[in-house]
Amino acid sequence: MTTTADKATADTTAPAPVDAVTLTIDGTEVSVPKGTLIIRAAEQVGIDIPRFCDHPALAPAGACRQCLVDVASPGPDGNLRAFPKPQASCTMTVTEGMVVNTQNTSAEADRAQKGVLELLLINHPLDCPVCDKGGECPLQNQALTHGRSESRFVDVKRVFEKPIALSSEILLDRERCVLCQRCTRFSKEIAGDAFIDLQNRGAMQQIGTFDEDVLDFDGYRPIGVAAEDESGKAFSSYYSGNTVQICPVGALTSAAYRFRARPFDLVSSAGISEHDSSGSALRTDHRRGKILRRLADLDPVVNEDWITDKDRFAFTWQNLDDRITQPLVRKDGELVEASWPDAIAAAAAGIRAALEGKKAKGAAVLPGGRVTLEDAYAYQKFARVVLGTNDVDARTRIASDEELAFLGHHVAGRGLGVTFADLEKAPTVLLVGFEPEDEGGVVFLRLKKAAHKVFAVAPWLSRGNEKLGATLIATRPGDEAATLSKLPADALAALSEAGAVIVVGERAAGAPGALTATLELASKTGARLAWIPRRAGERGAVEAGALPTLLPGGRDVTSAAARTAVAAAWGVDDLPGTAGRSAADLITAAAKGQLGALIVGGVTPSDLTGDMVKALEKTDFVVSLEVRRGEVAEYADVVLPVAPPSEKSGTFLNWEGRLRSFATAIHTEAMSDHRVLDVLARELGVTLGTGTVREISAAISALGVDEAARVAAPNVTVPKPAAKAKAATASGEVVLASWHQLVDEGSLQDGEPYLAGTGRICVARVSAGTAATCGIGATVTIKGAVRGDIELPVVITEMADGVVWVPTKSPGSWIARDLGLEPGAAVTVKGAPA
Amino acid sequence: MTDLAPVLSAIWDQEESWTLDTYTKAGGYGALKKALAMPPTDLIQAVKDSGLRGRGGAGFPTGMKWGFLPPDDGLPRYLVVNADESEPGTCKDIPTMLENPHVLVEGVVITSFAIGCNHAFIYVRGEVVHVYRRLLQAVREAYEAGHLGENIHGTGFNLDVTVHAGAGAYICGEETALLDSLEGRRGQPRLKPPFPAVAGLYARPTVVNNVESIASVPAIIDKGVDWFTGLGTDKSKGMGFFSLSGHVTKPGQYEAPLGITLRELLEHAGGIREGHELKFWTPGGSSTPMFTAEHLDTPLDYESVGAEGSMLGTRALQLFDETTCVVRAVMRWTEFYKHESCGKCTPCREGTYWLALILKRIEHGNGTMADIQQLLDTCDSIAGRAFCALGDGATSSIISSVALFREEYEAHVTGAGCPFDHAASALFPFSDATESINDASISDTEEVSA
Repeated sequence: MTTTADKATADTTAPAPVDAVTLTIDGTEVSVPKGTLIIRAAEQVGIDIPRFCDHPALAPAGACRQCLVDVASPGPDGNLRAFPKPQASCTMTVTEGMVVNTQNTSAEADRAQKGVLELLLINHPLDCPVCDKGGECPLQNQALTHGRSESRFVDVKRVFEKPIALSSEILLDRERCVLCQRCTRFSKEIAGDAFIDLQNRGAMQQIGTFDEDVLDFDGYRPIGVAAEDESGKAFSSYYSGNTVQICPVGALTSAAYRFRARPFDLVSSAGISEHDSSGSALRTDHRRGKILRRLADLDPVVNEDWITDKDRFAFTWQNLDDRITQPLVRKDGELVEASWPDAIAAAAAGIRAALEGKKAKGAAVLPGGRVTLEDAYAYQKFARVVLGTNDVDARTRIASDEELAFLGHHVAGRGLGVTFADLEKAPTVLLVGFEPEDEGGVVFLRLKKAAHKVFAVAPWLSRGNEKLGATLIATRPGDEAATLSKLPADALAALSEAGAVIVVGERAAGAPGALTATLELASKTGARLAWIPRRAGERGAVEAGALPTLLPGGRDVTSAAARTAVAAAWGVDDLPGTAGRSAADLITAAAKGQLGALIVGGVTPSDLTGDMVKALEKTDFVVSLEVRRGEVAEYADVVLPVAPPSEKSGTFLNWEGRLRSFATAIHTEAMSDHRVLDVLARELGVTLGTGTVREISAAISALGVDEAARVAAPNVTVPKPAAKAKAATASGEVVLASWHQLVDEGSLQDGEPYLAGTGRICVARVSAGTAATCGIGATVTIKGAVRGDIELPVVITEMADGVVWVPTKSPGSWIARDLGLEPGAAVTVKGAPA
Repeated sequence: MTDLAPVLSAIWDQEESWTLDTYTKAGGYGALKKALAMPPTDLIQAVKDSGLRGRGGAGFPTGMKWGFLPPDDGLPRYLVVNADESEPGTCKDIPTMLENPHVLVEGVVITSFAIGCNHAFIYVRGEVVHVYRRLLQAVREAYEAGHLGENIHGTGFNLDVTVHAGAGAYICGEETALLDSLEGRRGQPRLKPPFPAVAGLYARPTVVNNVESIASVPAIIDKGVDWFTGLGTDKSKGMGFFSLSGHVTKPGQYEAPLGITLRELLEHAGGIREGHELKFWTPGGSSTPMFTAEHLDTPLDYESVGAEGSMLGTRALQLFDETTCVVRAVMRWTEFYKHESCGKCTPCREGTYWLALILKRIEHGNGTMADIQQLLDTCDSIAGRAFCALGDGATSSIISSVALFREEYEAHVTGAGCPFDHAASALFPFSDATESINDASISDTEEVSA
């Protein structure tokens, strides 16, 4: 609808842009903005000039020479003057009155293109039948439409050993490579991970990682090796999969997809990534109900051309052996398969028991942070209407009551706030408790795209932030509020510039007063404030009211008027008026046996510092809605299978507040959480009205937002900056710092060893001072007061003293499970015994 | 007959010609004194008026190149001297820097003063270590004599000169590849625009000039524009080096007014090798289409050589007598281009690879008549399609040799191999084993096809 309107305007009434340039391509006149490349202008009028090195998101290279066209432009006397030879349309910008003749209308351009094509093919192997790119290969298409049917090249082709592994995931067949440099340009310009580059020269030029052992070519040894990160990998990039997608031939392939399928056998479905809060557009390619690969879908407002490797490669988790397809009911201590009616009846009976009777302990809901907006809505409505409680909390992560107020006040019901485009345009960005590369995925790429001042409130300057050119404001976890209350003058001044943005991550909830201070800072400087959580369902859960203090649409649950309005909309008499308990409190209560029933969605006990296992054990009745038979199922009384994102439709609300709806890619019997809850509610005598996405969308729209019922801003006194005494002592008392690395051992990355291999090696980081004080050498043992300890190799890092940093859930470092602690907690470090 | 005009080479025969002493005694650094007293704009105008054209091969007016620099914004601008002389047959900058490095240094100081540059670079081809040392020594002497450094001769003008040795790549003679290499990057040509005059070295306005161009500046300032324009032809003014090599009695550098003919040069050089006659020659190095004895009287200036279908280039006259197999000579040159192609663009990278294979087959008697056409077709896919001029240069000798000596190519095909006695063309005994130097890689097909 909107598109049609736009088109009509463009065609008829809209004046040409002020700096428009009019030229003629193949006899068709076109007006484009000044500075447009000829190849882009041709696209505007539907003329496809063949190209290999050109990519709209990358700087022009002019390397492949496939896009040569004839160009004439008016000279000073106004007469057309033809360039003596064909010009590369991917590097030449348009000028007023230019006349371009492509292969369609110029014999010379056609001859030039055919000549280049022939040269591209002389050393290209004829292995299309076994090449992954065969069937979707620009070179193959070009060769078949414009190439010779028989090669005139009778000599021996240049060959290379194949493939070489740039990483565990990315493989390179050098002989297929046409040296267009898209991959190296992506790595340098977009990802900032320049781990691959051209090497050698002439016909021996090749892409490589400067690994002498890998290269193995005679006479031409590269000098020195590439800079490595601590993983020891030569191509350790979170975005490396994009190089496979933009490779115009089959030179770059992924270990996960290599030799698995032919593109023409695949069905493609559009989707939205379930891996982070960005809501990146995906294309899921599947065959006979099985996902073979995922690709980035172009979405200019969100992820542009790119996705993270996690978005791309981590999809196997939903179809592993532990996938549940039939409901399970515990009989004589064992989970056995049951029919849906039996399982629903059993679940309803258990819940009823928890709610009825004099000694009823009540029930609570833990939806987890990964469900869709619709699912989150269903979970909270189930809690409030069926269970009669506000004990529902999607935040199974670091969280606080201050955060609840922050979310209610600043995030819920605010609609589209700061956007990706705003991040790109911002002159200044302040990051608080947020690591863009590790916790933001494509947010990092957007931040990297623009030139702006970045300040990071963090314990050390991560490689990601270094690539952003960020200035570190070194802060110990827990001291964020103090840091924010007295930022350096240059940061304050920069934040006061129009368009500046403060990004606060979910970890800020772990620092008392940090969110209060952030709000104050935003109002003081006029900077806009964005909350970017990690999980895909977090923002949706806030909007849907899957929080103990919030009703849908950002309504304060303690507001009687809000409750009345929502109750009326839901057709119930009243809603519980006391604020519910947080997930952490619920787990503590459950572990004490204080809960009668627990409805658990996508929650992984090992992500939680609370004793989830004990909580599940001590709760009388546990219903688990899960895709896979995980740890929760082992303690559940009824397990109801639900659909993974590829097998359902729904909406993720991304961190911007943008609705990211997706349709079902693979149609199976599996039901969404909201539908299962609808059925369960019906068994309990309640019409929940969450059977379909459409029903829920209508309900959410009808409820809207109620500004009158907005939660007050958090007001947590900024704690005094930690005293110097908190610096490391010889006894090894330090503060724990941590965040999730993008590629780690999160449960949604299970079953993908090639991706796992591209993760960073797990290390602990301490400052030189801390290492000296605490006697830390090559390894360190970190001990918390709650559970066990972690032993990791040490990298001495320029960072705040008195802090030890470890990744949150990487191999050998699961801090919630192993330490039972969150960032900001006190731990003891001990060097390796000599 | 046109006389030689030794200017840059005037002192080459003197004892220790490369020292500051010798150079100064011969009037060296006199032009600098004169130049420093002139307004920089007058210096630029003088070079414009002199009609000096770039001596690196392209022949672009030097003064005009300087004039392209944007107005001074108070930030750095650079002079980079292209001393990466690598064109086969070209041997003029290297001897100049070896025998008379101070004329280059003086030219650098005058040019830098004219364009407002305080840091100049001389990018020397890495293989010529002895020249690199001479230059370093000359720069050191110039610093000590106060010709370089802070407040040069009390004028308040500061200039530092950095002599940088390249790593040995023909492509780094291309000015933008040279700049990338100088910046520490991979030497491959840059996309233009922006041109170096706008964003060159370190993205700052930069003038890149050939050694001979810069070394000609002191004489223009010292002896005057009129003296310079008195030499040469109407549009190709001044003098220049003509490097004669090959089957010539006295090979070497002959500094003469532009417009001199090969016939005249041969008289200075003692003629073609005794008992032989000229078969073909290159007027401007291997990248320029070849000439034959027909062109002995073509004036060697930009216009006349161009009118005859070639280019004056670097005035590298490689002379070949009738004992030379043109296919073999062209094959050798093509091996060079294949080896030196930077790999950036498809036509040059793949095309030179293919051309070398075909030529090798023809030369060794494994070619077909279709191969001769394939040579021309492949050249057609390279010339005018490549990213920089290297691709065009690689095709010149092939296209022109097929046009001039097609029957010789055909004789290689019909007669199953090269009909020439290679020893007859040799000027000194050598082993054929060196021929495979470029074939160390897996691309060698000689064994496969034999």
